[in-house]
Amino acid sequence: MSLFSLVLVNLGRNKLRTALTVLSVVVALFLFCSLRGVLDTLAASIRVGSEARLVTRNAISLIFPLPPAYRERLAAQPGVKTVSWGNWFGGRDPVDPGDFYAQFAVDAATYFPVYASDIDLILAARPQGPGVVPAGVDPKLAAFFEDRTGCVVGEKLFRRKKWRLGQTVTVSGTIFPGPWPFVIRAVYRAKDPAFGEEALLFHWKYLEEKGMGGSGAVGWYVLELSDPGQAGSVSRAVDALYENSAAATRTETERAFQAGFVSMYGNVPFLVGLIGFAVVFAILLVAANTMMMATRERTGEYAVLKTLGFDDRTVFLLVLAEGAVLTLGAGLAGSLLAKLVLEGSGFNAGGFLPPMTVSWTTVAAGIGIAVFMGAVSGVFPAVRASRLNIVEALRRVD
Amino acid sequence: MASVTVRDVRKVYHRDSQAIPVLDGLTLDIADGDFVALMGPSGSGKTTLLNLIGGIDTVDSGSITVGGQDLAQLSGRTLARWRSRHIGFIFQLYNLIPVLTAIENVELPLLLVRMSPKERRERARLALDLVGLGDRLRHYPRQLSGGQEQRVAIARAVVSDPAVLLADEPTGDLDRKSGGEILDLLERLNDEFKKTIVMVTHDPHAAERAHRILHLEKGVLSN
Repeated sequence: MSLFSLVLVNLGRNKLRTALTVLSVVVALFLFCSLRGVLDTLAASIRVGSEARLVTRNAISLIFPLPPAYRERLAAQPGVKTVSWGNWFGGRDPVDPGDFYAQFAVDAATYFPVYASDIDLILAARPQGPGVVPAGVDPKLAAFFEDRTGCVVGEKLFRRKKWRLGQTVTVSGTIFPGPWPFVIRAVYRAKDPAFGEEALLFHWKYLEEKGMGGSGAVGWYVLELSDPGQAGSVSRAVDALYENSAAATRTETERAFQAGFVSMYGNVPFLVGLIGFAVVFAILLVAANTMMMATRERTGEYAVLKTLGFDDRTVFLLVLAEGAVLTLGAGLAGSLLAKLVLEGSGFNAGGFLPPMTVSWTTVAAGIGIAVFMGAVSGVFPAVRASRLNIVEALRRVD
Repeated sequence: MASVTVRDVRKVYHRDSQAIPVLDGLTLDIADGDFVALMGPSGSGKTTLLNLIGGIDTVDSGSITVGGQDLAQLSGRTLARWRSRHIGFIFQLYNLIPVLTAIENVELPLLLVRMSPKERRERARLALDLVGLGDRLRHYPRQLSGGQEQRVAIARAVVSDPAVLLADEPTGDLDRKSGGEILDLLERLNDEFKKTIVMVTHDPHAAERAHRILHLEKGVLSN
């Protein structure tokens, strides 16, 4: 037997009470890490946005388009290497309308070279023709470029829907009504999971011809910069170009653009964080109460230990260790469980967010809170036990 | 040389605003290897004297020396360490830890001594052999009779080989037969192992086993 085994034996005295306390701490830390995980995910969605790319959109709102004529002038701006563009499609799966995923119409000839550093093409159909692709485009996309209705889908979406290459998937348009058949020609995998793998990308030209009657309205432009250090001056120059036009622009780095989406959640992240701490605080009181009850019941035993020669400090540490072992074990379990469960679920709010992530910093914070809970819940009973008057306590036992 | 020297000890307890004198200028010498029975009515100060000799309570005035150590010179941690090495306590209600086995209960005082787990276990086993419970090492207190529990408590008291054993009504909760066995054991510890024993008892039969019987009344020795 050792002092540590004495701690463990004491924890095992009232197994039901210990189990319930552990469970409450596990649930509290699971909730805390899950809620913090939401914040981690939002942070990841910002992080994935590049500082080397600018996004130009309508200054009024993203839902208002920009004229197609802008692209030549944008491309002519000093510091702009490539201009790409895209539109939000907003369709629904007619087979399963509740299972939402994002669809984007993109100018494939520029989009894939611009985002080449963010994705890998892991599956691609064979081209029927000579397999010609625009300059700078991965030749794996040859079949996609041959097919006006072709699409490229993210790996997670592809696997979740159990699709196969060459399969035609039909999407019901909401902004652009009607059935929209797409043929899967390639599958991509994100290099950073936060980039997301649950989108369907198709030819912008297809959308323009079928959905916009050739008007060519653009949702947003993506400007790849030759020098990321010029992001500020280029964005100011671009916005100055269209300052007095009918469709004034707002240009910012892709990261700032993503952060703008997160800011739309307003105080929700703050509230989420607050709820996490409230849960932890409530459980802290429960754990402290349990520890107080447990030590109160053993007042006589602490007196006996002190009679046998255990000094105040040893008794203090014994009681404190009980709380620490209990909350640290439960905290580790709850925090790691949140990481495993949330990241395992791959939940991504229908593609609006990157897959749920619980960062190691959050797990460490959870464990830190567990240690704090152990210290706070154990310190009062530990002080009480260590300051116990032996004679008084033994008299109570007799 | 006296093992225990008590000089003009006074002790007053305070309950609310009331002062209750318990020991009133008590002086006493107990020689090495002596076996002393303390008798007297309830509230006469027997247990208080035992607690003071054992260093779990402090005198208001006067002095107590045990084995040449003036207890007033010790406090806190040093007093606790001294207690673990020099004093063995035996309680009326045994005061074993219910979730520990017999051998684990006996090992408790040795956790404070630098010693390998194997050596600790071996010494605890020897102590239990000494009190005749070598076959009950893994039994929990609830699986033992009252007499056996008290023998485990005695094993715990002697496992660190203290010079002085303080027993507070060690047979008070036992039937005559079990009580007799416990007294036999205490006598043996006194005779064979030369332990100095101070035993508080209300039982004249138990007291007869001691070398000396001291009567306390209202905080002073009456004989």
